[in-house]
Amino acid sequence: MILRETNSVDPINWHSVFFLLFSLVACAFALAVVFTGHIVRMAFYLVLSLGATAGLFFLAGADFVGSMQLLIYVGGTLVLLVFGVMLTAQGPFVTMKTTGGEWILSAFVGGSLLAVLLPTAFKIADWQNATVRVAGASDDEPAVARKLPEGEPTATRIGMGLLGARVDQLDDNNRAPRGSLAGYLLPFEIVSVHLLVVLIGAAYLARTKRRTRPRDTTGAELGLEN
Amino acid sequence: MRRLTYRFGGLVAEFFISWCHFIPWFAYALAAIIQGTILVTFVAVMALIFIWMERKISGRIQDRLGPTRVGGKFGWLQTLADGLKLLTKEDLMPEGADGLLFRVAPYVSFTASFVSFFALPFAFDWVGLRMNVAVFFVIAVLGLEVFGVILAGYSSASKWSLFGAMREAAQVVSYEVPLGMCIVVPVLIAGSMDLVTISEMQGGLFTNWFVLHDPFTFITFWVYFTCATASVNRAPFDLAEAESELVAGFHTEYSGLRWSFFFMAEYGSMYAVSGLATILFFGGWNGPLPITQWLGIDPHAAGHIQDALTHSGVLTHWQEFQVFVANLIGLLNFVFKCSVGVAVMMWVRWTLPRLRIDQVMQTCLKYCTPIAAVMFLGAVIWKYEFPGGLVLPPSTPLGHVREGWLTPEALAERAREAAAIESSLPDVATQGGQFPFAPKTPKKGTVPGDDFAGDK
Repeated sequence: MILRETNSVDPINWHSVFFLLFSLVACAFALAVVFTGHIVRMAFYLVLSLGATAGLFFLAGADFVGSMQLLIYVGGTLVLLVFGVMLTAQGPFVTMKTTGGEWILSAFVGGSLLAVLLPTAFKIADWQNATVRVAGASDDEPAVARKLPEGEPTATRIGMGLLGARVDQLDDNNRAPRGSLAGYLLPFEIVSVHLLVVLIGAAYLARTKRRTRPRDTTGAELGLEN
Repeated sequence: MRRLTYRFGGLVAEFFISWCHFIPWFAYALAAIIQGTILVTFVAVMALIFIWMERKISGRIQDRLGPTRVGGKFGWLQTLADGLKLLTKEDLMPEGADGLLFRVAPYVSFTASFVSFFALPFAFDWVGLRMNVAVFFVIAVLGLEVFGVILAGYSSASKWSLFGAMREAAQVVSYEVPLGMCIVVPVLIAGSMDLVTISEMQGGLFTNWFVLHDPFTFITFWVYFTCATASVNRAPFDLAEAESELVAGFHTEYSGLRWSFFFMAEYGSMYAVSGLATILFFGGWNGPLPITQWLGIDPHAAGHIQDALTHSGVLTHWQEFQVFVANLIGLLNFVFKCSVGVAVMMWVRWTLPRLRIDQVMQTCLKYCTPIAAVMFLGAVIWKYEFPGGLVLPPSTPLGHVREGWLTPEALAERAREAAAIESSLPDVATQGGQFPFAPKTPKKGTVPGDDFAGDK
């Protein structure tokens, strides 16, 4: 806010600088994940890459999505690492040998995803010119993060969008939120119930293996005697 | 000079521009670096003080004196001596260790612990980064601290380290569930995840603090404190570094400066969770008595300052000084409350015996989670039935909620309508809902959940 107030001629666009920095980190460590054989190092690079992506979200002013990225993806990778890799490892410092066929297959899958994403990204007209109209900015200013007033809620918008009221589409002529849209609440609920079912199923599968053992201590009951 | 914020970084940058005639981009970069440095220094100095405090408190609890020699009567400089010792220690690494991860792990832990301080408001305008989802951000970042621990445990090539890391991972991941549920309760009452807004709503007498809002929040606080103690891996939940079983847990193989980074991370996150408790339950920078309001220098209660901010943006030096003093008092309040929280954690550590792993999990899954869930439900019902609180009616009403889903223009329009109805609030209209200072009785419609219903 104050940054834009005082210096209209800014020789360094900090937004661009940090965008380049974060995207460089994200890409570099994504490549590092691909070219490392060591599983835990891979996970570490993945965390750095995902963290840099979260930084990009923060830079874009999407605090909520950025925090989500940190909590779910970065934290999720952690859980994956701990309970997926380390517990199943046979020896210390597991390394993965990638065969030629796997390289070709993964290059094909990744390449096709890229081939879908790139045209989609370039098709959006607003992203092609450098001047983007942001709420609260004048027309010809380059897009800079934090153009929204301080404390402008991002989570609330997402929540209202889930309910079907698109507050981001309010315009000057029509202040009323567009409440007639369907929203995503029902799909969201279905997905969450589905996840719950999966969790219960996982817990059931994990418990049935332990059934045959005698239940003597509370630790054994919880499956934590190891 | 027109000022839109009294944010610390902005003030520093302005100082560089107007007094040192720096180029703006350089001044802002410098201001950002200074702000970051101050935060790092704060975390480090706090760790120094708390380590000394821990020694003294543990000593007194065990009927000892604690450190008495270094630096005078109370052993003030004991931590400094410790630090010197750590600096001169050899930086060892086990032969079978994974060099990169072993070296990086302490920094990962410390970074995660330190980044959470960005979003903690130390006073009304003294916050590194004001976010509208600050609560969420702090929780997300604090949860990453365990990653450094796991890396340390795994890369040390030592069984003790690995066991300690696994224990800690299981514990922290489990305790995040009830912790999140407890945090939702004050967020629900405040209607905002912005830590500044949440603190602001608890201004006035201490009866406005959320811990006294209703019986459910009162119990929630204790559950939160338990879970927070567990999630920062302090005793009685410190079995990840249980000396009798695991030597020192995940940092068995560490020495010197890297080891001290783990320690700083631990004390940093202790302070961060205490800060979060302070903001969510104990009014943040607001003291038990609204001294700044009585003096008329409260940055968001003093009408003339707000008028100057919103109308012309010009403050006299006297007013700027008042805002500074109010922020300083707020800072002292906040630091004091956080330190009390940390001191209680130490008290608990040296009083209670360590739990077993099954007891830890039982505490989390059988007690904390259900209690937090019930408290959450109760708080929802209470919030619906008695939005203004019932047990101890607030001495000064809760502040306006500044966060809504409306655009600033729509907010201004709404405020104008409100001003037309309530003629006692003529100034709110021009402020666009940004700086509500005039007290208003909380009722349905001022809470953000009702925004949608309240607006046409």
